Amino acid sequence: MLVSCCYEIPIFLSKKKNFKTYIARFNSELFTLTYGALVTQLCKDYENDEEVNKQLDKMGYNIGVRLIEDFLARSSVGRCHDFRETADVIAKVAFKMYLGVTPSVTNWSPAGDEFSLILESNPLVDFVELPDNHSNLVYSSLLCGVLRGALEMVQMAVDVRFAQDTLRGDSVTEIRMKFIKRIEENLPAGDE
Amino acid sequence: MADNALFEFLHMEIVAHVYKEQATREDIDKERVTCVSTLELMGFRVGQGLIERFTKDCPTFKDDLDIMKFLCKDLWSTIFKKQIDNLRTNHQGTYVLQDNKFALLTQFSSGKQYLEEAPKYLAFSCGLIRGALSNLGLESVVTAEVSLMPSCKFQVVIQKL
Repeated sequence: MLVSCCYEIPIFLSKKKNFKTYIARFNSELFTLTYGALVTQLCKDYENDEEVNKQLDKMGYNIGVRLIEDFLARSSVGRCHDFRETADVIAKVAFKMYLGVTPSVTNWSPAGDEFSLILESNPLVDFVELPDNHSNLVYSSLLCGVLRGALEMVQMAVDVRFAQDTLRGDSVTEIRMKFIKRIEENLPAGDE
Repeated sequence: MADNALFEFLHMEIVAHVYKEQATREDIDKERVTCVSTLELMGFRVGQGLIERFTKDCPTFKDDLDIMKFLCKDLWSTIFKKQIDNLRTNHQGTYVLQDNKFALLTQFSSGKQYLEEAPKYLAFSCGLIRGALSNLGLESVVTAEVSLMPSCKFQVVIQKL
């Protein structure tokens, strides 16, 4: 029930110096903090780390199948002709657009169907430390799901996993992506 | 730095997840209340965290009204890309913040459609406001009301200890 208020206070635009960088700094943390709150909640809801990883992956998938539309609408990339082109678009356009970082694409398999994205810094884990009793937690599992879901919407079935994780003591974060097969156009993919 | 779209997608998925989780558990009566409080608590932690990061360049606030103006201008702009459109107060600790085009509701409808779903998507933001105010020194109770999407009003009642 709203209290009836007598006075209306006018709001004026702030004339703070460096307002834009001030905004930008805040903004990056909103996603990181929200993600942290989500992982914390999931750790409370589920008994073991494997379950949490699975849930994060599932949620990532649901986000990915929608994010791809946002991505295609905002970037001007056309259809990729092969998996190498896909890798470049993911690293140089998608990661840059959404996370502000550009991973390097390396470790191609001889068949050209598997590669690694190496992230020097992972924005999701700013200020995060894993407690000792969560050694099996793959904190950034959401990312795997997002990539998998997004690519499924452009007819590619891929397997995505973390090969290295700075939170678990490695020097870099490495995401390994493997092409499995092309998906037929008429298979609808619903939410899991 | 993360794009705002990512936050919006994440938020939608979090709401969907919390409700799906509760639906699989036995207590259907408590369902709605628990979901809202879970979301509100998550928002609270995020709100607190945002203000913690900010303390480096923290200006000093003269009074409660100054804090509320900061919330409406600076904080709202950084989180939702626009300022609060209208701030009202009765000068006795109650503030009403009106956002005519609330970022987390614009995707749903403009009008009355899906009105009953709106509270689910406002719980996190209520918690965010409460968390931010808490770290700025004000304990409060925050509720939200929607009568016409995507406009909504947040009511903040400052708790005097």
